[in-house]
Amino acid sequence: MTMRMRFHLTIRLLHWTMAFLIIAMLFVGIGMVSTAGPAYAQLLTLHRPLGIAILLLACVRLAIRLATLAPPLPDDLPRAQKLAAKGSHLLLYLAMIGMPLIGWAMLSAGGYPVTLGLGLTLPPILPQNLGAFGMLRQAHTIAAVALFGLILGHLTIALVHGFIRHDGVLSTMAFGPSADHPQFPAPTILPRLEPASTDSIPIEHSFPAETDPAIRLDPSERQIDPT
Amino acid sequence: MPVSRPRPSTVAAILAAPAALLIGFALAGGWVGTPRLSGGGIADALEYNAGPHPGYRRAHAKGLCFTGRFDANGAGTALSRARIFAKGSYSATGRFSTGGGNPFATDGRNVFHAMALQITAPDGEIWRLAMDHVPIFPVATPQAFVELQRATKPDPATGKPVPAIMKAYLARHPETKAYQDYITAAPLPDSFANGTYYSINAFRFIDSAGATRTVRWSFVPEATFGALDKTKLARLPADHLFDELLHRLARGSVRWRMRVTLASPLDRTNDATVQWPSDRRTIEVGVLNIDRAGPEEQGACRDITFDPTILPRGIALSDDPLLAARSAAYAASFRRRAAEAPGPSAIGKALARGE
Repeated sequence: MTMRMRFHLTIRLLHWTMAFLIIAMLFVGIGMVSTAGPAYAQLLTLHRPLGIAILLLACVRLAIRLATLAPPLPDDLPRAQKLAAKGSHLLLYLAMIGMPLIGWAMLSAGGYPVTLGLGLTLPPILPQNLGAFGMLRQAHTIAAVALFGLILGHLTIALVHGFIRHDGVLSTMAFGPSADHPQFPAPTILPRLEPASTDSIPIEHSFPAETDPAIRLDPSERQIDPT
Repeated sequence: MPVSRPRPSTVAAILAAPAALLIGFALAGGWVGTPRLSGGGIADALEYNAGPHPGYRRAHAKGLCFTGRFDANGAGTALSRARIFAKGSYSATGRFSTGGGNPFATDGRNVFHAMALQITAPDGEIWRLAMDHVPIFPVATPQAFVELQRATKPDPATGKPVPAIMKAYLARHPETKAYQDYITAAPLPDSFANGTYYSINAFRFIDSAGATRTVRWSFVPEATFGALDKTKLARLPADHLFDELLHRLARGSVRWRMRVTLASPLDRTNDATVQWPSDRRTIEVGVLNIDRAGPEEQGACRDITFDPTILPRGIALSDDPLLAARSAAYAASFRRRAAEAPGPSAIGKALARGE
């Protein structure tokens, strides 16, 4: 029985690839609606294939995320914060899949061809309907602003975990060796001092040695690899 | 878990990351720095000129829908690998309109007649065209277009632009003066069916070998030309052009020959205010045959936008800055009117009244 203390490698790779693509996409989107210059046409040409790429990657990621184990949140995190963490991640997945689908549905309803370049054109996923286009077009903007807000919050909280709480949450998405996250199985984890470079005051490790982490997990978070 | 009170420098460093993203977003969105003209800005200028007409196109608001077919003769395949040029018959749908943002304007105005078109290849690939009956455009850039809309806003007292504002605008824009001189001298077609419709902008055709040619095109009517008497425009019935077309189509279909004009290396491809010399090589690529028309409420043309940058493979944008601007502005107009409820068209209303 092993316990993963980081996200599955493919999840971590997808996370950082998609972080780049989604932030690029938000910049393409806001840049596009801000200009009537030649960049408009170029950004529009980029926007559609980028959106579909994000949709595909998000679907792959969701499947892997459901099939693999996620590191548990620190035990000492207040219940409300755990709920907020889960809720915001749910919303992020919803946005990653929902935004491109809204875009695709919106173009379908607006009678636009969903051209991806290289001669690829996607079929419409909604019948043509002006009212539906109007609503979806507004939803696309609102969802984009909401997604941007979620990303800002996600980024800030991740940094707070990494550099204020030092609870190892940030390194669940990191690569390379980690002091915070020894690979299981490990017989015991001793309390350790945080590196002096980040903070000189010793704090407890997120999994105190006297407690078996598997026992302290919330049942819904019990991340036992069946293999 | 006891968490020590974080150092201010740590907090600052953490907040710097989202702040940097926010600032980047504000820069990309044009919220800070030099003002940037957007598609929404062009739509604003059109609304400023014509006044609010929610539910309608912000330009060419008055129109009717038509259907027909495009019969390609195959000659276009030498210029472009677009499948629409392969010999065959392709379904076409479109819209005739008059210029301006008022959906109930009277037809007796010396303005653009326009033909918008969508041609669909058998595999579903579409080409949208939006053409005017004048071979030149009054402005070359989106910025000048916005200035033109602002300068030509009708004075409520006279119904005409304020002369002082117009004079100052024309002094800065000789190309608009040239356009005005052209349209004053040129005869105004007395029917949608006998006008020649021009691509306005240059495009690039890419052939099967990958060779690129810059082109403009026109749809030349088979119907005999007739001109409106410009001294009597004000006395024309409000929907004269639209009614005339409906009556004409009741007697039979109307046709246009599509001619593609090849630019010489000397021709300006980024300036829609300049005509190319008439001796440029032209190739006839097919015939547009329109057999039905009806009010927008019943047609397929109302609920799409005829964005001329929606092109099949084998046709690409030129360096004309109006093309991206048209795409952005049409998208803004479409977005706005779709969020509003579409209203009845002038022709739909007239037909409902039994006229």
